[in-house]
Amino acid sequence: MSIVVDNISKQFGSFKALDRVSLEVREGTLVALLGPSGSGKSTLLRVIAGLESPDVGTILIDGRNTTHLNVRKRNVGFVFQHYALFKHLTVRQNVAFGLEIRKHPRRQVKDRVEELLDLVHLRGLGDRYPSQLSGGQRQRVALARSLATRPQVLLLDEPFGALDSKVRKELRAWLRHLHEEVRVTSIIVTHDQEEAMEVADEIVVMNQGRIEQVGTPTQIYDHPATPFVMSFIGPVNVLPNTARLFHDNGLEPLNEEVFVRPHDIHVQTSANGVKATAIVQRIIHLGGEIQVALALTDGQTILANFSREQFDKLKLTYGQQVFVKPKAAKSFPLPKSLL
Amino acid sequence: MLPNISRSQVKDSHRFSAFGQLLLIGIALAYLFVILLIPAAAVFYHAFHKGIGEFLVAISTREFIHAVQLTLIIAAIAVPVNTFFGLCAAWVIARNQFRGRTLLMSIIDLPFAISPVVAGLMIVLLYGRSGWFASWLNSINFKIVFALPGMVLATAFVTLPFVAREVIPVLEEMGTEQEEAARTLGASDWEVFWRVTLPNIRWGLLYGVLLTNARAMGEFGAVSVVSGNIAGLTQTLPLFVEQAYKNYQSQAAFAAAALLALLAVVTLILKEILERRTKYRKVDSGLPIN
Amino acid sequence: MIDQLRVQQPLTKASRKGINSVSLPWSITISYLALMLFLPAAALIAKSVTVGPVDFWRIATSQVALSAYNVTFLTALLAASVNGLMGTLIAWVLVRYKFPGRKLVDAVVDLPFALPTSVAGLVLATVYSEEGWIGQLFAPLGIKIAFTRLGVLVAMIFISLPFVVRTLQPVLQEMEKEIEEAAWSLGASQFQTFRRVLLPPLLPSIFTGLALGFSRAVGEYGSVVIVSSNIPFKDLIAPVLIYQRLEEFDYAGATVIGTVLLFTSLILLLLINSLQRWGSRYAA
Repeated sequence: MSIVVDNISKQFGSFKALDRVSLEVREGTLVALLGPSGSGKSTLLRVIAGLESPDVGTILIDGRNTTHLNVRKRNVGFVFQHYALFKHLTVRQNVAFGLEIRKHPRRQVKDRVEELLDLVHLRGLGDRYPSQLSGGQRQRVALARSLATRPQVLLLDEPFGALDSKVRKELRAWLRHLHEEVRVTSIIVTHDQEEAMEVADEIVVMNQGRIEQVGTPTQIYDHPATPFVMSFIGPVNVLPNTARLFHDNGLEPLNEEVFVRPHDIHVQTSANGVKATAIVQRIIHLGGEIQVALALTDGQTILANFSREQFDKLKLTYGQQVFVKPKAAKSFPLPKSLL
Repeated sequence: MLPNISRSQVKDSHRFSAFGQLLLIGIALAYLFVILLIPAAAVFYHAFHKGIGEFLVAISTREFIHAVQLTLIIAAIAVPVNTFFGLCAAWVIARNQFRGRTLLMSIIDLPFAISPVVAGLMIVLLYGRSGWFASWLNSINFKIVFALPGMVLATAFVTLPFVAREVIPVLEEMGTEQEEAARTLGASDWEVFWRVTLPNIRWGLLYGVLLTNARAMGEFGAVSVVSGNIAGLTQTLPLFVEQAYKNYQSQAAFAAAALLALLAVVTLILKEILERRTKYRKVDSGLPIN
Repeated sequence: MIDQLRVQQPLTKASRKGINSVSLPWSITISYLALMLFLPAAALIAKSVTVGPVDFWRIATSQVALSAYNVTFLTALLAASVNGLMGTLIAWVLVRYKFPGRKLVDAVVDLPFALPTSVAGLVLATVYSEEGWIGQLFAPLGIKIAFTRLGVLVAMIFISLPFVVRTLQPVLQEMEKEIEEAAWSLGASQFQTFRRVLLPPLLPSIFTGLALGFSRAVGEYGSVVIVSSNIPFKDLIAPVLIYQRLEEFDYAGATVIGTVLLFTSLILLLLINSLQRWGSRYAA
């Protein structure tokens, strides 16, 4: 079932949570809404679910206008950050809830619940109460509960946000796998770019109530459409075009702000045609990679990333003078009003 | 040198507190013993010191039985009504954000701050023989003051805040996510309330009902003002206690007092159990405002 | 940030969208309050307006009324202060020290809340009478307790006992033990630690509990009417005066004193509210 969001706006008091947002989610895909807190991603998800009603705009689910349809009639699966499991019901009763509300025959409910417990690998835990489960298990119960009624779409609001990083990684892979199995149109809200990259077919980057860019993970990373996307996705050095890193190397970028990824900084220990110099300020070992902070002669500090192999070849030490140049850089046209 | 000094002082204070601790515990217990326990023990002593027979005689008089019945009837009306109101008010306050929310909470707490006698006075001024509704009540031949309806009103007035006060924090603590989840799963407002909200707040609600009931059965001042205190007619058990005492029927007074004290003890025990259920210790049982 | 938004969103939504589903509990709440609270209060105020300002002042400041205020407020203040001191001590002992029967003692503190006031009055009048368990200890010294102002004081102490304990307990429970130890390690004595480190954050709660106890004692009727002889200028309290006026069908007299008491309660309520705000000023 496809989801179409058309020109949705939503305001809380004086705070503009959503500002004329339009989006199309194709059937069977898993889309991530990615953005910092307050960017409107959760609000958009809640509007699609019917937990918030938009001030203006339309929501179409499977071509049907559901903008003013009550949540309970929308048949959406919603997974909450803090699970929202019914504390007074067992795992089995939680999963059965939606089916019982719909007055499915007892036999059918029982079979469907078992099927779902299998799907989320919680077969043995059906009689436990939520308080007797770990965070990861709780979130899998929440998923099973939301899938039980065979929703048209599955909406996940920061589903792994309350879990520790190890469990989060496991569940991400599992969710991806689950999506391939079930193939229900899904939207996941997250502020974690790594999570979005790993799980989603398509990423929607949001900022201040607007959509900045929609694209596949690769498109978003390699061809960011706006400065915001560039700096939000992956580490980046932001430099003025007057920086000596460009100037000394004979580069003259047109736009005022220039973005250079840390792994796009080239460093060598002898000049060989590279004219900008820097002093090694800090060396940080990040496991597989090594990050080096370099102080340029104009006072700018930039970060450069190296693989272990590259770093071993360079043999950098604190206070050492090195020669630097950007391998690649990106800048964005200024907003028209400023030109 | 310096660390040495402070260490020995720390040691000193510990030694002092070991001795002082016993002293403080002793003073606290002695105070509670004199102020609370001696009177509590005296109730049961005086009720039974002439033997169980005398006690049984005292509680089988017609007036006594009628007083018990009336007390139960009043509670049976006032408690459900206030429970229903308390749930509505708690929902309004805990699930909505609006201007004047704190004011509304203070207003709901007002009956705790107002003297029960003043509460009774208000009801007399409203429904009494020179009150606002006097002629209308006369014309339909319905008596409120010096009759059961007035006593129910007075009881409902003084017990109005309990349920709302207990349920508001529980509703707030519960949050809205479970209710939202139920709605995304297709539950109607009614189903959400019965299947999700109520089971979540049940202990807090019971706690509020328990306190409401204890106060409803024990209320004296407000009921006394509106009842006329006619034995066998408008006399509740607490009123019976006073009347019997004034008439030098000390055995009857203490028999009724013992029954009410038993109610108090049962209330305290249930309260303790419910507090363990809800797992938080609460400050309340008659405190205006939180 | 995320949490803030999360809390704020559903609330705003509920109030906005649910016009039709919201209205039922809303209208029940408002109409019930109107019937039970506003209407009776309006009747009281209206009646005292019809009395007229001159008569109102005359009745409100008559000798018997002034003496009743005197007995009520001074005795209530004394009772609340005694419990301010002893309640602090009891709360401290219950939170900080472990001793056998602590749980039981903790539960017993609520007894005055649970015990009907006429039962309290009856038993206090008996125990503190000249032949009573406690009264007979004082009788040889020429001290009468029941049916005197001392009796009123005893009853007020009894019914206002739990307030300070119960407001202070949660504050004490949340106070970290480390604060005290930090003060010791800085060289403070036991007394200095108490006065300069422990007491200041507790004071708002102590005063709140004290004000609550005072408010309760001022309005108390059931226990006092039994333990006192209710003689004007001796041990007659204001609520009993209202009751006596009503018995004489002097509605104007009852209304005026009742209005004075009502406004005293409202002022106390405001005071308690601001004390609580003061108490939460360091709250994170």
